[in-house]
Amino acid sequence: MSNAPLLEVRGLNAWYGESHVLHGVDLDIREGETVTLLGRNGAGKTTTLRAIMGILRHREGVIRLRGKDLLSLPLHKVAQAGIGYVPEERGIFASLSVSENLMLPPTVSDGGMSVEEIYTLFPNLHERRSSQGTKLSGGEQQMLAIARVLRTGAKIILLDEPTEGLAPVIVQRIGDVLVALKKRGMTILLVEQNFRFAKKVADRFYLMEDGRMVNSFPGHELDARMDELHEVLGV
Amino acid sequence: MSTIFGIPTPALYGQILIGLINGSFYAMLSLGLAVIFGLLRVINFAHGAQYMLGAFAAYLLLNWLGINYWLALVLAPLVVGAVAVVIERTMLSRLYGVDHLYGLLLTFGLALILEGAFRYWFGAAGQPYAAPSQLTGAVNLGFMFMPIYRGWVVIASLVVCIGTWLLIEKTRLGAYLRAATENATLVQAFGVNVPLLLTLTYGLGAALAALAGVLAAPIYQVSPLMGSNLIIIVFAVVVVGGMGSILGAIVTGYVLGVLEGLTKVFYPEASSIVIFVVMAIVLLVRPAGLFGREE
Repeated sequence: MSNAPLLEVRGLNAWYGESHVLHGVDLDIREGETVTLLGRNGAGKTTTLRAIMGILRHREGVIRLRGKDLLSLPLHKVAQAGIGYVPEERGIFASLSVSENLMLPPTVSDGGMSVEEIYTLFPNLHERRSSQGTKLSGGEQQMLAIARVLRTGAKIILLDEPTEGLAPVIVQRIGDVLVALKKRGMTILLVEQNFRFAKKVADRFYLMEDGRMVNSFPGHELDARMDELHEVLGV
Repeated sequence: MSTIFGIPTPALYGQILIGLINGSFYAMLSLGLAVIFGLLRVINFAHGAQYMLGAFAAYLLLNWLGINYWLALVLAPLVVGAVAVVIERTMLSRLYGVDHLYGLLLTFGLALILEGAFRYWFGAAGQPYAAPSQLTGAVNLGFMFMPIYRGWVVIASLVVCIGTWLLIEKTRLGAYLRAATENATLVQAFGVNVPLLLTLTYGLGAALAALAGVLAAPIYQVSPLMGSNLIIIVFAVVVVGGMGSILGAIVTGYVLGVLEGLTKVFYPEASSIVIFVVMAIVLLVRPAGLFGREE
């Protein structure tokens, strides 16, 4: 079936220790789609990504990638199934150079970008390829965090607040990169607080509150729903 | 006879050479400890026992199977590394989720069991192990006579240390190891089999200790307690170099070995404590060690 979701999440519950943080989360992403999770701080957006990746281990429910169960896999097999992860804290390694950071994630399937393509997309990284990873500016580190999963051939990337704390001109660059990735057919699950940024790239939105999915709507309805969103997000 | 500060130069050079030899073992052993601690966060108290196992493996290979020194240099680290892999898989890996103290207690217990067992089987006295015939004799360096085997140990340990450093700093596998030392969860989330990396790292660390043990066998004799005599000094070396710092472990190993040798010449009474005095000073001035990063 061609419109079966690439990533399918059903009734996902998750816990941090004793505390129950996700309550029956449902989520579908079709191939080539960009979907954005909205919600206040603490609504469970980052937790949802961490639970999908398997970094958060205490989970119940269903997570499938192309129909393949991910919940039972050890952590390192999830990436190998075809998911690339760009964490909120970016996770650039201080003891690795920029190019070592870029080459770190193992290839998971064919069809990833070549190093040349990546350096064309991110010329700054090429210039600074032998610098220590954490010597880059915040924006460059974010680009490196994204670039690094593009090389692996992942079919879907999970992007956690890529614009957080960055200057508008850098946010613009990252937006351009995401649009370029969409054109290449990349599937993206984005967590984002910045509406204007998300609107430019998102095909659909999900709205989270207190660890639950409370609403979902197509991207073009964003403007019409602004009042409702302001109420839920408190912005 | 020429003298420096009233010390005959042959005595001085002799002690520097002994310092370099001891330093070679400090460097190889603290290197393995630093690699293991960096990634596994386990203070491997069994390291001295693994060094002793390496020496005994060489001794037993020779006396039971007639296998010579050169083959033992390869086989002993493989055997001890394989034992360490089994220990990591069956015991140590169960302790990663709990306080680091448990890893220390487990490896300390293993060290006591291994040393006790070998003392029971072979007695506490050292067993002689002859240097291979190619490396016997001495060479005149002009300013002193150097036993060839001792020169070989210094060169071999330098090659081992530099090789390990290159493996960690310049290869893809080394990049995994460095990255996992910083954030193992994220490296695993990228698809690297981190549990396997931990197992291999423990095996590599133990194999390095065993290799040092084979190199030591012709110099120090093969005895069940040869490791426990050395391991406390090696811990001091790791602390001075900076816990988890590879380069720190290597450089500090040689430097403290030579420093100890010089102390034997100029103030012999202090020679057995000089390394610990240096450790205390470094801990006061730079708690993360000379090459360590503050966390």
